[in-house]
Amino acid sequence: MDRLTNFMTGFSLLLILLVLRSVRRAHIRVEYSVSWLSAALVLLAISRSPWALEQIAALTGIADAPLALVFAVGCLFLIVFYRFSIVISDLKDANIALAQRVAILEYRLYEGHGRRQSQAAR
Amino acid sequence: MTPPADAALLVIVPAFNEEQAVGRVVREIQAVWPAIPVLVIDDCSTDGTARVARDAGAAVLSLPHHLGLGGAVQAGYKLAYELGYQYVIRVDGDGQHDPRDIPRLYEALRTSGCQMVIGSRYLDGDENRTSLLRLAGTKFFRLVLRPILGKTVRDPTSGFVGVNRAALEVFSKSFPLEYPEIEALVVLQRRRFDFVEVPCRMRPRLAGKSTITAVKSIYYIVHVLLGVFVNILKFEHRLWKR
Ligand SMILES: Nc1nc2c(ncn2[C@@H]2O[C@H](COP(=O)(O)OP(=O)(O)OP(=O)(O)O)[C@@H](O)[C@H]2O)c(=O)[nH]1
Ligand SMILES: [Mg+2]
Repeated sequence: MDRLTNFMTGFSLLLILLVLRSVRRAHIRVEYSVSWLSAALVLLAISRSPWALEQIAALTGIADAPLALVFAVGCLFLIVFYRFSIVISDLKDANIALAQRVAILEYRLYEGHGRRQSQAAR
Repeated sequence: MTPPADAALLVIVPAFNEEQAVGRVVREIQAVWPAIPVLVIDDCSTDGTARVARDAGAAVLSLPHHLGLGGAVQAGYKLAYELGYQYVIRVDGDGQHDPRDIPRLYEALRTSGCQMVIGSRYLDGDENRTSLLRLAGTKFFRLVLRPILGKTVRDPTSGFVGVNRAALEVFSKSFPLEYPEIEALVVLQRRRFDFVEVPCRMRPRLAGKSTITAVKSIYYIVHVLLGVFVNILKFEHRLWKR
């Protein structure tokens, strides 16, 4: 039990450091670091508080406290992933619209112009 | 039949790595009506599709990166809408659609009062020429779509489709990205638009290989089913909010 919570504490600290470092180096945008940091902080809090762990165990009906911890971790990261799916989908929508717009603008700049010229020549 | 006037009809040809076939497709379309504008939408092909299409006399809309069939077709719809075209007919770049059917589709677009016209390969009861897999999928989606559309669509996966300006406006705002044909029917139905099917010949592809495989078929069915229901929910939601 202690080993597991200690490991979780270490893991969440590592995660926080990793994310902060990536933000500093501009590998992760600040907006998207928030999900990771809050998840890591919650994890840190749970792993340091036997009381919180017991609450989760009681709430979920999982008798085993370590198992409850793993369960909490799983749920937390599912939420983060869910948020990222939304972000990715938004990005993709914007990206499609942008690609189509670029193609249309390029077309009207070059092909449309060429056609008008050839029509004028006729 | 008299060819359409200027800015009345645009033929779009989505093509992805079709350099073997697209040239002939373009020339066949122009053989039907020499002055007809043909727009090949090149979905960032890695072969000479764009060059071959240009050499054959088509205008080319080149996407900056690969979007997939629906994204490419929608790009064509958007451009056609902005350029003021009244009708757009889509012909596949693999040569499976016979451009000699274009006048029939165009006629139906103008006279049927429907917003969409589908070139259907099964209307004359000819169901034994297609692959078993495709026929099974077709029958399945006929069943699914019947209650949604309120009538039977014989060839729901046909890509040989004509639309008028009203449908063009809808599609330039909302069009499925990956496998567009079936979802597009639902998008139209939600707006109380109508479609009609016109019998057409479909040929074996001129070159290249089909994108349909067994695993992809399952993915296709799940993807399209989800798309259909998402489109229904999305629209009901919007109605409800009003
Ligand atoms: N823009 C674009 N076009 C595509 C893509 N995949 C296929 N196409 C084009 O869409 C048309 C239909 O594709 P096919 O692979 O022949 O699909 P299909 O006609 O439903 O299936 P088959 O009966 O096996 O030929 C062809 O003109 C292709 O070039 C894609 O990813 N992007
Ligand atoms: Mg084909």
